[in-house]
Amino acid sequence: MELLSGGEALIRALQDEGVEYIFGYPGGAALHIYDAIFQQQAVEHVLVRHEQAATHMADAYARVTGKPGVALVTSGPGATNAVTGLATAFMDSIPMVVISGQVQSDLIGTDSFQETDMVGISRPVVKHSFMVKSAEEMAEVVKKAFYIASSGRPGPVVIDVPKDTTDPGYRVPYHYPESVSLRSYNPATRGHPRQIRKAVDLLLAAKRPIIYSGGGVIQGNASEPLIALAKRLNLPVTNTLMGLGAYPSTDPQFLGMLGMHGSYPANMAMHHSDLIFAVGARFDDRVTNDPKKFCPDAKVIHIDVDPASISKIIPTEVPIVGPALNVLTELLTVLEDRLLEAPELLDRQAREAWWAQIEGWRRHSDFDHDQRHRNEAEAIIKPQTVVQALYRATGGDAYITSDVGQHQMFAAQYYRFDAPRRWVNSGGLGTMGYGLPAAMGVKLAFPEAVVACVTGEGSIQMNIQELSTCRQYGLPIKIINVNNQALGMVRQWQDMQYAGRHSGSVYQDSLPDFVALAESYGHVGLRVTDPAKLDETMAEVFSPALRDRLVFLDVAVDQNEHVYPMWVRGGALCDMVLSKTERS
Amino acid sequence: MRRIISVLLENEAGALSRVVGLFAQRNYNIESLTVAPTEDATLSRLTLTTLGDDQKIEQITKQLNKLIEVVKVVDLTEGEHVERELMLVKLRAVGAQRAEIKRTADIFRGQIVDATDAAYTVQIVGVSSKLDAFLRAVGELSILEVVRSGVSGLARGEKVVSA
Repeated sequence: MELLSGGEALIRALQDEGVEYIFGYPGGAALHIYDAIFQQQAVEHVLVRHEQAATHMADAYARVTGKPGVALVTSGPGATNAVTGLATAFMDSIPMVVISGQVQSDLIGTDSFQETDMVGISRPVVKHSFMVKSAEEMAEVVKKAFYIASSGRPGPVVIDVPKDTTDPGYRVPYHYPESVSLRSYNPATRGHPRQIRKAVDLLLAAKRPIIYSGGGVIQGNASEPLIALAKRLNLPVTNTLMGLGAYPSTDPQFLGMLGMHGSYPANMAMHHSDLIFAVGARFDDRVTNDPKKFCPDAKVIHIDVDPASISKIIPTEVPIVGPALNVLTELLTVLEDRLLEAPELLDRQAREAWWAQIEGWRRHSDFDHDQRHRNEAEAIIKPQTVVQALYRATGGDAYITSDVGQHQMFAAQYYRFDAPRRWVNSGGLGTMGYGLPAAMGVKLAFPEAVVACVTGEGSIQMNIQELSTCRQYGLPIKIINVNNQALGMVRQWQDMQYAGRHSGSVYQDSLPDFVALAESYGHVGLRVTDPAKLDETMAEVFSPALRDRLVFLDVAVDQNEHVYPMWVRGGALCDMVLSKTERS
Repeated sequence: MRRIISVLLENEAGALSRVVGLFAQRNYNIESLTVAPTEDATLSRLTLTTLGDDQKIEQITKQLNKLIEVVKVVDLTEGEHVERELMLVKLRAVGAQRAEIKRTADIFRGQIVDATDAAYTVQIVGVSSKLDAFLRAVGELSILEVVRSGVSGLARGEKVVSA
């Protein structure tokens, strides 16, 4: 058997796991590992400028490929800088393995240089964590980490590696296990057949059913059976922020995103439904508003691979624990059998009445028919139209990452995602600074794809140093900076709830010249301020001439625009503010 | 409602901190907690008492089950069970108090496990309410120090919790 040091075994294990990239930043405790990286070619290391970016790159890589992303950081500040990225991945259930260097075992607990209790500090934001005790157990720990990160409800796993366990002077036989089993960890692989039959009965009996699907359908690769179910029963579909793309946004049965900034038809249909078919969604507070007022007439079917997500916020009539793909596929089979026996169970009349009601809400207020945000006769660009222009310029076929704030909501509302894994954003934690490194992770995963980051002048500055990494690795992503000269979402809340007192949300003329800044990193900077020039400038960003260049487009937009609809806090889903002057 | 949750977990460094961390992180309450290895050295048995309605307890057990090192979770209060807690109480014992404490300890089937000319240490075993009753019976004034083990328990009958 081949003899390897712990550091070499770690990197070999990553090779055996099929890892393409390690996003990382070196430091004392990680140097044996870095030396092992240097002496091989199979796994490419991408040097970031800040560890937070490394974790977001790994996270986004995982979101678009479905394979766990890998980040490597050193001990102490390297480890603590990775915590935001871990929490981001944890909240959105993203498979990721973060390897942190640690001081040598006999120094642990002595407050030694660059020592921090990484296992302890990351504990609430990881699915699991390991501290490697010896070079002998390195390969098995890596195998377990990848297995845990990517199975069941996925999530980030930390491997904390004391420097002595990677000592190049100490070699042990290397063997990478084919599989591991943990007696205390057995995620569900299929749903309970009786529960699935119950769900089918409820679906067939419902007069006003709706599908509410979330990130679990995307993570669980269950788009196909979800679409089949919606089509078979002519069901309206709404997606969460995390679930966008699971159902094609341009399909007539799609009502838009639901929740705090959800579409009027989606929120109205949810509120008036008599059956919610929830898949891979978790009834987050940004979806339910006041749980006591949530969808008063609706029964709930809830499919989730994590039993703890079921009946956590909203009581469930039919809980089904299992992976979305398997449960939906089995449910479709049961449904077809039932309809073969009793085709009269398909109540077309009730469904037509339900759709008529939904079409009424659509006519009342829908993004597509909404004239309020058009630039015509306006001297200033509306932020919503930036996303619409981006959609046109990319033919709706780009990978879109975003940061957090108004631009994120506009991107979610106005870009029509027709495929899963195309929309990449920090939904649960709401991490500003996510968008740029996320776009980099996506670009490395799919070098031929068009990748754009919709950001704001606030968020982009939280990880703007990565423009340098983009230069080093030649990552021609497109950054669309929706620049409203303020922390827009904060300012919106201050307008709506604090009588316009803009506390801490404005920069007082301290913003950089983003065009010059991008150029100083060797990229292309463009600016547009005139609504009439928006489309042509956007086309230039994605033009063949700039195909291989990172383009930073700074768009000066209306500073006073708000995101609507916005629900009335503490209300039901149907209680929405639709514009500065209208309510539902 | 008071519940006794019994948890079988891997006897590994850090496993206990995950359980305790979960309670802190999710704002669950821990009334008492006791943990020690079992007859199988790879496993620890942890018993904790907590307060909560059915929905909260359901979440607590589900969240505990999600921890990778947790092997089994049982709510003992769902069925017939035996529960015990051990308490050591150091009491001021001078003059007439000495006989009085001895009598009270006898009534509660306690034992005096240490004695000096000014103090007794009494050991009491039983359900938590019995221990509370003993403390009330001897009165606050004579109590010098109290240490309680926290509740341990098992289901009645032949049902067992095992890996």
